[in-house]
Amino acid sequence: MSSENIHEGGIGSNSMELIEIQLNGEVHQIEKTASVLDLVNSMPLESAAVAVERNRAIVPKSQHGDTLLQPGDHIEIVTIVGGG
Amino acid sequence: MNDYNSATETTPTPLTLGDKTFRSRLLVGTGKYSDAETMNNALEASGCEVVTVAIRRVDLKSGDNLLSQLDRNRYFLLPNTAGCFNAEDAIRVCHLSRELGLGDWVKLEVLGDKKTLLPDPVGTLEACRELVSEGFKVLVYSSDDPVLALRLQDAGATSVMPAGSPIGSGQGILNTNNLSIILEQLDVPVIIDAGVGTASDVTIAMELGAEGVLLNTGIAGAKDPVAMAHGMRHALDAGWFAARAGRIAKRRYAQASSPTEGVLGE
Repeated sequence: MSSENIHEGGIGSNSMELIEIQLNGEVHQIEKTASVLDLVNSMPLESAAVAVERNRAIVPKSQHGDTLLQPGDHIEIVTIVGGG
Repeated sequence: MNDYNSATETTPTPLTLGDKTFRSRLLVGTGKYSDAETMNNALEASGCEVVTVAIRRVDLKSGDNLLSQLDRNRYFLLPNTAGCFNAEDAIRVCHLSRELGLGDWVKLEVLGDKKTLLPDPVGTLEACRELVSEGFKVLVYSSDDPVLALRLQDAGATSVMPAGSPIGSGQGILNTNNLSIILEQLDVPVIIDAGVGTASDVTIAMELGAEGVLLNTGIAGAKDPVAMAHGMRHALDAGWFAARAGRIAKRRYAQASSPTEGVLGE
């Protein structure tokens, strides 16, 4: 986000178009030009590894930066948790 | 079972699964712990090398979870497909597991329903076949049905893991007859998975001839998980040695341990 955006009010300003996606089953808004990598980096994660599915197909980590999100995308971001 | 020398060996031999060898025959789950310190201490006390983990959506609010505090260099992480009720979902989780960098080893669970958490035999077999064809090493959660266990072996499972009793039930080993048949019939390693409530359950499973035991709630749900983990570890060793020792036959009547001759007063 540029300083200009913040000055003008950040999210909601005309200079940043948002799109709607489904993220882990919930509606999520993100910048129109965002990539999968941008989305992953916006997660509240510190060290955990993640894997990403876009519309049921895995997006390999090497392609996170090049894969742009499209309106209506169904994105799943998963990680490792405790289990039996 | 003469795979060790009783004169020199004081601990069970390592567990061999596929092309891997693990130092402990106890496989322990990482679920249900109240905090990371208890989890880490319990895993250490259990002596386990293989720990099971689950794959879930990232919590968008809280982010990192307990498992981020697991020392991943000390353990072999075995991802499960818990919570999957059909083959397609289980296979999907395995693909995500590979993408997460967890490799080709999976604990396959395809469950029949949420109340019993018993395996769906048809879905389990279907998923096992597919995953094996994709190069996965499949450790498959099974019921105690000897026919299904054989089918899963034929499908290429690396290990067949029949339940002792329903997941998390703590009922121990319910059908020793069926499990004995499975252990007799299968060539791949059989690991008893699920239902363990306390240490003696682990011993019973090992005395039957299981190659190992997989458990989670029995440790994580105990009042003192670390103490129970110690108990489980020793119980496994006890059962492993007993299975190789050749137990005495059961008799209806007593047989004196002390000499019957030279008793005073005769």
